[in-house]
Amino acid sequence: MSSEKIISHSEASTRFNKDVERVNWHDETLWFVREKRDKAANLIPDWELLRETASQIKHNVLSNIHDYLVEFEANAQKNGITVHWAADAKEHNEIVHSIMAKHDVKQMVKSKSMLTEECHLNDYLAEKGIEVIDSDLGEYIVQLRKEPPSHIVLPAIHLKKEDVSETFHEHLGTEKGNFNPQYLTESARQSLRNTFLTRKVALTGVNFAVAETGEFVVCTNEGNADMGAHLADVHIACMGFEKLIPQRKHLGVFLRLLARSATGQPITTFSSHFKKPRDGQEMHIVIVDNGRSTQLGREDFRNSLKCIRCGACMNTCPVYRRSGGHSYHNAVAGPIGSILAPNLDMSKNADLPFASTLCGSCTNVCPVKIDIHDQLYKWRQVLVKEGHTPAAKTIAMKTMATVLANPTVFNIAGKSGRFVMKNIPGMVNNKMNKWYDQREMPEVPEESFREWYKKNSRESKAKDNE
Amino acid sequence: MSSKAEILKKIKQNQPEISTDLPDLDLLNSENPNVLETYKTVLKNIGGESVEVANYIEILDFIRKNYALDRRIITTIPELSEVASLNWKNDDPHSLQDVELAIIKGHFGVAENSAIWVTDDILGQRVAPFIAQYLAIIINKSDILATMQLAYKKIGNQEYGFGTFIAGPSKTADIEQSLVLGAHGARGLIVFLLD
Repeated sequence: MSSEKIISHSEASTRFNKDVERVNWHDETLWFVREKRDKAANLIPDWELLRETASQIKHNVLSNIHDYLVEFEANAQKNGITVHWAADAKEHNEIVHSIMAKHDVKQMVKSKSMLTEECHLNDYLAEKGIEVIDSDLGEYIVQLRKEPPSHIVLPAIHLKKEDVSETFHEHLGTEKGNFNPQYLTESARQSLRNTFLTRKVALTGVNFAVAETGEFVVCTNEGNADMGAHLADVHIACMGFEKLIPQRKHLGVFLRLLARSATGQPITTFSSHFKKPRDGQEMHIVIVDNGRSTQLGREDFRNSLKCIRCGACMNTCPVYRRSGGHSYHNAVAGPIGSILAPNLDMSKNADLPFASTLCGSCTNVCPVKIDIHDQLYKWRQVLVKEGHTPAAKTIAMKTMATVLANPTVFNIAGKSGRFVMKNIPGMVNNKMNKWYDQREMPEVPEESFREWYKKNSRESKAKDNE
Repeated sequence: MSSKAEILKKIKQNQPEISTDLPDLDLLNSENPNVLETYKTVLKNIGGESVEVANYIEILDFIRKNYALDRRIITTIPELSEVASLNWKNDDPHSLQDVELAIIKGHFGVAENSAIWVTDDILGQRVAPFIAQYLAIIINKSDILATMQLAYKKIGNQEYGFGTFIAGPSKTADIEQSLVLGAHGARGLIVFLLD
């Protein structure tokens, strides 16, 4: 394990589940978003063809990403954008800081960027004396509370309006006990408007970067990325290299899928195409690897790089909905986060591929058809082989394998199991046994299926009749 | 070796050898016999409002009736100079912070999501549609396309520094999934559909 103390997914979700009412709310709210996704998808007659088309475009990108990156850089430079390359999180943070330092600016306004969460940019810049304000409302809320986002699209979905009211009362001086979302949003609008008007540097994420034209597209509902970028002297856009798509016309496919999959909207309010800096403005793009090229080389897992970060797999996941984003201890939570995280650090994130029932719902809703649940299953094989799973689980699995491989042992195990459950239940129904957590066991059957079959099969009945 | 060279080298080594062709986008269906009705319905569903008008005089009447003319109103359209200022395009973008209403033209609308395509050559200033408290966009009824596929066909190789699709007013649901219009951008969007 790494030196940093990580609370495992199962332990963190046990804590999350202590507040039953809130967990139920979290579960139902995300399922509601999933249902909105279904309604939006059903309005598009060839939705499945659209998913297949997007998947094929991304497949093509994975095989040609080298050439597309070279093409993108050349076109972006032609457009007057400065392009930087960062091998890892550290280099990404240093590049962003160097741009700030060059302009001698100590304040930044930032719109949503999961990449900067992945790189822990805010902490890095804070150490350098630079103040960062996250301008997406959900991110603003969690930033004030010194928490990470718990969902890539809905950063504050783990909070109730009472929590937000309390936070805003403390930091923005809003009325105590006023829980009205309209009022709270308006207060944030007023405060952040002042931020937009006074910041010289704005940082945004990137949803799509187009190789053919050197432009990049940023999607928001709030308009915060645009407010920041169009008022600042310097616009920095940070992207993982997998955000590339070949041609402008392919945006038509992805913009039809993204918001419908994410929240059930037909499109985000703003889909902004940044091609050239405005007169007098400086525009930078930071292209980041940070483990992506390694993932590209893992045949079983490279498809995870097709992800367009819509969050549909989280909204539909029965484990995510009942464990909350924070229990995944990774910038990207949920099913997709669980196949991306082990690539970044296998030992630290060994628990995540096990945080799934492998029900496959994630794969079914994924707009670019990533085989998410298959990859979760495959990561489990890799993690066990490389010795990253806890000893108790390894021993249990080995024991299980012996029992299941040997009919005599299986028979004895079954018999003694039934005997113990019936006669000395305390031996199994105790806190040591996870199977009894929040679960009542069924009544113990008088006999096993095998015993029953021996008595009732056609052969044994024929024998009896002889 | 520079990071760029290193990243590109590793990508070249690791990317799959067999490349697949890009799919044919023309297979996607773009039929819609009634784009105008779809456009209006979708816009209403996402919090916008549409007004059908025959000419600019009707737009002027609507603005006079529905907006406080003593507040700052800006436009890029000379026909609306009676109610809105035309002289702001070269100002510092921050100076637009007190704009109540911005009235601009859009290139075309898209029926499936009610988005309108605008680019910096018709925006006056990039920040204009975001910083104004309210936004009005004028498009021709005949310029409504069925889907985003057709939208990008129309955009083609159009040259711009900045372009955006605007669909409805700025909004957020980040507090308990309660929808609130007017997050950071315009609190309301009116689309004038011109004959």
